[in-house]
Amino acid sequence: MRAMIVKEFRELRRDKRTLGMLIAMPLLLLVIFGYAANFKVPTVKAAVVGTQATQFAATLPSSFFDVTLIEKTDTQADAERLLENNTVDVAIVTGQQPALALVDGSNLFASQAIVSVLNKSGDKVSSQILYNPELKTSWVMVPAIIGLILTFIGTIVTSIGLVRERETGTLEQLAVMPIKPATVILGKISPYFLVASIDMIIITGLGMLLFSVPFNGNPFVFVLGAGLFLFVVLGLGVFISTISQTTGQAIQTAFMFLMPQILLSGMIFPLDAMAAGVRWIGYLLPLTYFTMISQGVMLRGASLASLWLPFLMLTVMAVVVFSGATLRFRRDLAPGRRRHHGTVVAEPSGGQAGSEARSGS
Amino acid sequence: MTYGVHSAVVRFGDTLALDGVSLEVEPGSVVAVVGGDGAGKTTLLRSLVGKVQLERGVVDAPSPQAIGYLPATAGSWPSLTVAQNMDFVGGIYGLSGKALVSRRDELLGRASLLDVADRLASQLSGGMRRKLGFSMAMLHDPPLLVLDDTGVDRVSRVDLWRLVSEAAAAGAAVVMSTTYLDEAERAASLLALDGGRMLASGTLQEVLDSFDGAVARTASPHRRAWAWRRGRVYHEYWPTTAEVPVDAVAVIPDLEDVVIALSLLRGHDREMAS
Repeated sequence: MRAMIVKEFRELRRDKRTLGMLIAMPLLLLVIFGYAANFKVPTVKAAVVGTQATQFAATLPSSFFDVTLIEKTDTQADAERLLENNTVDVAIVTGQQPALALVDGSNLFASQAIVSVLNKSGDKVSSQILYNPELKTSWVMVPAIIGLILTFIGTIVTSIGLVRERETGTLEQLAVMPIKPATVILGKISPYFLVASIDMIIITGLGMLLFSVPFNGNPFVFVLGAGLFLFVVLGLGVFISTISQTTGQAIQTAFMFLMPQILLSGMIFPLDAMAAGVRWIGYLLPLTYFTMISQGVMLRGASLASLWLPFLMLTVMAVVVFSGATLRFRRDLAPGRRRHHGTVVAEPSGGQAGSEARSGS
Repeated sequence: MTYGVHSAVVRFGDTLALDGVSLEVEPGSVVAVVGGDGAGKTTLLRSLVGKVQLERGVVDAPSPQAIGYLPATAGSWPSLTVAQNMDFVGGIYGLSGKALVSRRDELLGRASLLDVADRLASQLSGGMRRKLGFSMAMLHDPPLLVLDDTGVDRVSRVDLWRLVSEAAAAGAAVVMSTTYLDEAERAASLLALDGGRMLASGTLQEVLDSFDGAVARTASPHRRAWAWRRGRVYHEYWPTTAEVPVDAVAVIPDLEDVVIALSLLRGHDREMAS
């Protein structure tokens, strides 16, 4: 018994990844559930338009409404555009009795809070919820779930597929074959890209069929966003494979990437309700931006122009993550790969290995 | 063209994996690299195929297109069938259509794997998997064939040796590593490694002739540190400067005796140096 316990501790001490998880996971959960697990949105961004805009804005409780725009000449159409572009959570149209508060229903918890506060203000304002009139959770969750499934395939499934080559020793065989590292990587991830795309279509279709989730926007914008997001998560999968020697390690690491995305991307807990420090972690996660795109396109019918920020962030992430990961994978695949055939001479140069092709054959 | 590695030095961190090792192989011949675990066999073969970068030294090898390599690990994709494994490798080397089918069936036939062409590689025995790996390495008819540790059961080794001999007879330069010295004796020349350094090299006869000292058979060794078991008796190394004791019988050393004696001598030199 004692020998078994000692052996287990010795093994655990050498399993740095599990040890890291044992330390990091409780800390992560503590931070998340302490600072992020909050459904109560403290403030919302508001716009007030119409002839009585200035006077009406003054009557709104400033502790809840962060009035970012007051425009007397704007109309209801302008107010709707502000919501569509996700500029504000609520746009109040004045100049009529009662004033009309247009609420962005795609932001579930914010809109629930807005309706609750406005209901207390009596008859001076009526509210109309756009994009998700019945405030259905499924309408908000399905677009986010699509991203989660793409993340799952991109990180876990892809990293397992790549690590399996390492585990079975076939990666070594590929490294010696006349096949470029880029071809190996593209050949490996293309099937996952295709499978993830098919999964995305099925989940979107089923979400629309089973939960009546609308698709108000341009499918091309949605596909473009999903494609970019897939590149990011596939890059993460390739990266995970380069730091894992076994399937078990790959799954363990992928979960460490997946967990924060589920909890901090705004998919479950609204980003606006999180403490600032934790919210910034959320802003570093790709799922945050895909959820903005999928909810924006499907529910609000948002245009490409209005979604420039999430598209820009995903593009930057795709370039950085995918390039970095493929470079690491390339290094693993061909550490001493001969660029030209023939005689390779290695001479010591400051203690570092150096080689050059002297002649071809 | 002769292929090989000359004065190779390879270092992994603080570990000197190869220290001035040279190897040469000519077309139509087999060179066996022998040595115990950690001797540097795999590193040497990986250097030859370009998988390991030398710190110093020279590698003479053809392009990857002209190399057939069977790593010490599985050498095949377990979730593909035998035929699918061959087709995949054929595709990498630009073989397709009838040419691929004909070459695939020819090699699988020679390796006695044609009847299991539709079986998953993961469902093959160890020996069959190595034969599949060999067939995959041979598929594109490479001028240089590099086989890392063909150590399988005795029956499969006979089959593999037949395939290796056929490849060499067809003109391929074959380099193979093995822990079986009897297997190495069949090669045209051999290279014995120990701790990343060369113990001996040349033809079997050259290696045996170059051995300086005597080996004696005894039931009870005089110096345990210089003796090793051979069946029920011991063989013991004696330097030329010493007399073989009367209760021991001098024997003509074979390759196993020579490699073990040279390893012991090297270990002794290392101890003295430190």
